[in-house]
Amino acid sequence: MSKDKKKGNDKDIGSREQFEEHVKRLKLSDDTLIGLYRTMCTVRHFEYMADKMYAAGKVHGTMHLSAGQEAVAAGISLAVHSDDYLINHHRGHGHFIAKGADINLMMAEFIGKDAGYNHGRGGSMHIADFQSNNLGANGIVGGGIPQAVGVGLALQMQKRKEICICIFGDGAANEGVFHEAMNMVALWKLPVLYICENNKYGMSMDVERATAKLPIAQRADAYGIPWACVDGNDVIEVYDAMKIAVDHVRSGTGPYFVEALTYRYFGHSKSDRNLYRPKEEIEDWKQNRDPIMRFTKHLLQSEIMDEGQAQEIDNQAEQVIVKAVEFAEASPEPDISTLLEYVYA
Amino acid sequence: MPEISYLEAIRQALWQEMKRDERVFLLGEDIGRYGGAFGMTHGMLDEFGPERVRETPISEAAIVATAIGASLLGMRPVAELMFMDFVFLALDQIVNQAAKMHFMFGGRANVPIVIRMPGGSGAGAASQHSQSLESTLMHFPGLKVINPSTPYDAKGLMLAAIRDPNPVCFVEHKILYKTKGEVPEGDYTLPIGVAEIKRPGRDITVVANNIMVMKTLAVAERLAKDGIEVEVVDPRTLLPLDTETIIKSVARTGRLLVVHEACQTGGWAGEVIASVVGSPAFDYIDAPVRRLGGKDIPIPYNRGLEKFAIPQDFEIEEEIRAMVTGKR
Repeated sequence: MSKDKKKGNDKDIGSREQFEEHVKRLKLSDDTLIGLYRTMCTVRHFEYMADKMYAAGKVHGTMHLSAGQEAVAAGISLAVHSDDYLINHHRGHGHFIAKGADINLMMAEFIGKDAGYNHGRGGSMHIADFQSNNLGANGIVGGGIPQAVGVGLALQMQKRKEICICIFGDGAANEGVFHEAMNMVALWKLPVLYICENNKYGMSMDVERATAKLPIAQRADAYGIPWACVDGNDVIEVYDAMKIAVDHVRSGTGPYFVEALTYRYFGHSKSDRNLYRPKEEIEDWKQNRDPIMRFTKHLLQSEIMDEGQAQEIDNQAEQVIVKAVEFAEASPEPDISTLLEYVYA
Repeated sequence: MPEISYLEAIRQALWQEMKRDERVFLLGEDIGRYGGAFGMTHGMLDEFGPERVRETPISEAAIVATAIGASLLGMRPVAELMFMDFVFLALDQIVNQAAKMHFMFGGRANVPIVIRMPGGSGAGAASQHSQSLESTLMHFPGLKVINPSTPYDAKGLMLAAIRDPNPVCFVEHKILYKTKGEVPEGDYTLPIGVAEIKRPGRDITVVANNIMVMKTLAVAERLAKDGIEVEVVDPRTLLPLDTETIIKSVARTGRLLVVHEACQTGGWAGEVIASVVGSPAFDYIDAPVRRLGGKDIPIPYNRGLEKFAIPQDFEIEEEIRAMVTGKR
């Protein structure tokens, strides 16, 4: 993985002064910044390990990997509280890891084991952890968007301080329920933060071929919802926007919409041969705009960590994933005698 | 015991449960000042306020999804789809989301929602406002499908539905709304998934749902005068379906007719018949097993055409006579 994050040039990364000014304004401590780096490394290792396990024939079904999009997950998680509710999309590993999910249980679910979060019933596409208010990923594009209305409504009716974060992709923004939900959430001023993680492709469909007017976030104007569109590969910019959004939503004044522009390195899912996008485009994002590479350079440049620390944290993150695989592989398969369980509560 | 209508019985259940449990709230189109398209929520806005009688935009998918989301946080929403036909606008949320969440998430999520939906023909509402789609909803494990025929059943099953930890489709029949029956004023629930023998009889078992129960009971009354004793079984719940009660009844009577308003092809009669003929009751069957469903056509507008699109009393009577006497 280090090949993706270390090689790139300094284009578009911004000066040391700008970076230091930015993190100072946001009151981000060195520990917090290093924590963001660690989170992003962990997500990337999870995704590359997932790919490796798939190639080794250890994964029964499909998966949707988020390598390249780590800054969005890390930036969101730093801005929200651990007890805020999360409704996620199918490319959800990163958000769950960043929000503090148990990686062992995630990995066990990923390979369908009984010890997994869903007892092997859900797999990669449906990982959820209700105890930590992670309400799950959704296999239907846009399926979670209107459910966030209900979560927000319950929070409002129960007069609670938590908020609901609902993440979906650029493809989901063209589902009908997107508009039903935006209207209702604005109408009732619900505590919902909608995050459109625009990774440029809905499966093979380029967002520019699928969307009449960009950015997607400007659609929020139609519903009177404040919005922002940010560089999703700049973790500090993501955090900055999310913080403003979260503060707005938590204040009880209503929803907020943030679009984060990012890019996925792997194909849509495992059947994807990347025929719809040029190799040069993928390489350009990997070499020049990689979120971990950019952030690493800043942390080194600003002497928040040194090369040795960076490598050590990266190694530690890798070990967490290696351990999770060991845990998952040692876990039993669901017993066939339990096949009919969990249909009804 | 007071006599009230089917509609009033359901409203009473909603009202009493909202008084008893503050987690319960209603959502749907025009359920506030208007009182709902059929008047179900009349007076409830004044009693419970706009937060718990929550009027929504015309957004069926989001209505059901809102109920799902709220239920995940411990609320007990009761959503109204103005006409059952609109269920298709919300089907992703019902089938792919609500019905599967408990399972998909390994038993860790509960979705205790009720989705009310008035179905059935007879109101001159034509093809897109008259369907009986309960058979369709039976095909999705994780859902419960309730289909009451009497005011008593409607109230007891509605209270059970709201208290059930699973997503429940509560299918009402719009022509039954005005029918009256005895309903206890107090709190009671009926078990979901338990059929009731509405009339005992030795000669033939007729399994029918909602309005067809009423028609069959009227026919049974007439046939009794000719010495034909019809046993009328009302499943009350289509999912889960109480096949045990039906099988035992057929083992006693030796004959089975299933009557429903839903289009015959793919209708739930097929499910009942398959369950019975594959059971030990097969050995007791004395006549070909039959079904009488709605015609395989969209419901027409014209009064006369609409009437004959679904089984009529005389058709049920002819069918029973033919089955019992062996003469057609």
